Amino acid sequence: MTVLASLSVPRVPVGEVFAGIVDWLTTNVGSVFDAFGGLVGATVSALATFLATPIIIVLALVFGLLGFFLRGWKIAVAATVIAGGLGYLAAIAGVPPAVVLALTFGVIGFALRGWKFGLFAVVAFGLIDSMGQWKPAMESLALVLVASAITVVLAVPIGIAAGRSDAVSRAVKPVLDFMQTMPAFVYLIPAISLFSVGVVPGVVATVVFSMAPGVRLTELGIRQVDREVVEAGEAFGAPPMKILGRIQIPLALPTIMAGVNQIIMLALSMVVIAGMVGAGGLGSSVYTAISTVDVAGGFEAGLAVVVLAVYLDRLTASLTNRSAVVRAAAASDR
Amino acid sequence: MPAVRAEKLYKVFGRRSDDAVDLLAQGKDTKEVRRLGVTPAVIDASFDVEEGEIFVVMGLSGSGKSTLIRMLNGLLEPTSGQVYIGDTELSGLPAKKLRALRQQRISMVFQHFALLPHRTVLENAAYGLEVRQVPKAERVEQARESLALVGLAGWENHLPTQLSGGMRQRVGLARALAAGTDVLLMDEAFSALDPLIRREMQDQLLELQASLGKTIVFITHDLNEAMRLGDRIAMMRDGRIVQIGTSEEILQDPANDYVAQFVQDVDRTRVLTASAVMEKPIAMVGARSGPRQALRTMRENQVGAAFVVDRDRRLVGAVRDSVVADAVRRGQESLTGLMDPADVVKIDPDTVVADLFAPSAECPVPLAVVNPDDRLVGVIPRVTLLAALGNGPVDLTHGGGPEGGAQGDGPSTDGGPPDDGVPDPDLPDSDTKDATEVAS
Ligand SMILES: Nc1ncnc2c1ncn2[C@@H]1O[C@H](COP(=O)(O)OP(=O)(O)OP(=O)(O)O)[C@@H](O)[C@H]1O
Ligand SMILES: [Mg+2]
Repeated sequence: MTVLASLSVPRVPVGEVFAGIVDWLTTNVGSVFDAFGGLVGATVSALATFLATPIIIVLALVFGLLGFFLRGWKIAVAATVIAGGLGYLAAIAGVPPAVVLALTFGVIGFALRGWKFGLFAVVAFGLIDSMGQWKPAMESLALVLVASAITVVLAVPIGIAAGRSDAVSRAVKPVLDFMQTMPAFVYLIPAISLFSVGVVPGVVATVVFSMAPGVRLTELGIRQVDREVVEAGEAFGAPPMKILGRIQIPLALPTIMAGVNQIIMLALSMVVIAGMVGAGGLGSSVYTAISTVDVAGGFEAGLAVVVLAVYLDRLTASLTNRSAVVRAAAASDR
Repeated sequence: MPAVRAEKLYKVFGRRSDDAVDLLAQGKDTKEVRRLGVTPAVIDASFDVEEGEIFVVMGLSGSGKSTLIRMLNGLLEPTSGQVYIGDTELSGLPAKKLRALRQQRISMVFQHFALLPHRTVLENAAYGLEVRQVPKAERVEQARESLALVGLAGWENHLPTQLSGGMRQRVGLARALAAGTDVLLMDEAFSALDPLIRREMQDQLLELQASLGKTIVFITHDLNEAMRLGDRIAMMRDGRIVQIGTSEEILQDPANDYVAQFVQDVDRTRVLTASAVMEKPIAMVGARSGPRQALRTMRENQVGAAFVVDRDRRLVGAVRDSVVADAVRRGQESLTGLMDPADVVKIDPDTVVADLFAPSAECPVPLAVVNPDDRLVGVIPRVTLLAALGNGPVDLTHGGGPEGGAQGDGPSTDGGPPDDGVPDPDLPDSDTKDATEVAS
């Protein structure tokens, strides 16, 4: 008995090993992380600045792009010119940038979903401004957009690879499970020691956190594509890359877009947590409100997050509806 | 040279597939081989498909038809054995060459159409050419042509989802035709369509085939479809090809009980032709002989009428016993004037049995089967026709001599008596035998 009682499982230094790895990374390849962090930080802050005080020409080009996406290059040129002109007039008249942007979001919403959504966007973003949350909201939006872009760029190709190869799928799966179930706060610690406090650890933690559903839904989308259709591509002698580009991806697009939507939503949910590591934005507002028990301020910041979430969610949904497959399905119902 | 050739093809799914093939090749039972944890899908399949032929592979679900056809264009690699498309051997062909072969020589029509839902009918039809990087103007033109061939002109700019099932499969067919390959693989291409549309598609395929002369490998689990379309049919069971032959050969001479049971339910009247059911014309008299001889011929054969033929066996007419007996009493020397034109119904040997009932009902004398040059090759008494409706594989072709050892033995398969489980074919069979006997 005494022998057994004195027995205990020896301590395996899991945490120490992980910390050691992080330390090693910091000292040996720190410059790589620095460069990456610098790039990400600069991008986020540039985007945040633009969203707070837009540059007319860039804004006009955004409208041009939208026009091109929806109606082709003629409308694109017209949209660029009109938006540029109106922006110039607004600047002369001294219209506040927040109003200009709220209207911009409204027009984008209108173009993609119709006038109700456009109106909602104008009112909702106007509300954010009137609550005095414009600057932090735009900082958070910038963080979310950059983090989501990075995640999409990583998750979609991995998901495609996993969708096409069982081996890749098997290898990726445990990693994704790990990433998804590890509490999000935990990512922040190594992220801070690798990138120091600021926006970058916020972005990195967000990317890690929102990766899994992006990969999963992309894989699902590719695997869901009718096997017979893929086989038809093969039977007519199409090379694998053409099958991927012209059959698998277009047919998987609605599901892939659902993944993109999930990525953005999860990124938004990380905004508050990211605020804890000095990423600024609405996260900081919430964090400050918590430490001062400021119910009103906390609620307003939270509401701003909700507005961003609803807006981005509906926008990605309408992009999905514009994919060729969904339009084809809709056409048959008529 | 055959257009498509399969030589000792095996496809076994599972880890120990090579061991399994060795065992199967040694003649081990499939059940035993399955114990290795493998699924033998195709076992020792060999056949040639000639140029311009419709070769049907027929078998129940899971018999390995899809696996077999997928090996023909390399979508599946055989575990053992060879496939030749013309003189090109498929196995060992590098991926690029294999793709080129599929682009140029062999295309496919799928059970569930496999169209691209986000592309128009025209773009779908042009798919094979697009893969081959044919310039746009040219591929649009060819796609339009093949769409017109299948009767879809005017639908070019619709989406597949806006079309009915039959029309979608026409797009699938047009896509394969536009690709311009000589060989067409069709895996249950019409199985997803409802029966009337299916029938229509079969007719259209036959019509197209008459002008295009493609080499077609057609898969089906519907025997009627197989019989309608196939120049030759390969019957598959549990991965093995149990019989290859024309539809008539399979109906008349099933290789085993399995095929015989299968064939039982076929609408034989649409498959069997006059030449398959006709009997040897025994009651024949020369045009120069007299009534007396005609009467004797009829009495010898115990029939009420005889056909009159000239020296080259060309059909001149038919005489009935009553008329001839009269003539004998009158002392008439020749048969002239004794033949009633209404008694002679000439039938082409290729007419299907279903089309014989009406004329047979109207004509008291057996139908006369004549070659295009009018030579009498056979006769079809009404009883024979009725016998052809029977279920079991009836020994009809050799109806000329009813007295034979084969009689009363049940189905004319070479195997012994069937299991107790299949009593059905026996009854109608013995009935028809009797009927045949009475007829002659
Ligand atoms: N990829 C595969 N892996 C393992 N077994 C397979 C595979 N493909 C087919 N099989 C098995 O091989 C056998 C033959 O299948 P196949 O699809 O060729 O049959 P089929 O005659 O086309 O049937 P159906 O009429 O249902 O299409 C079946 O037992 C099937 O389960
Ligand atoms: Mg099949």
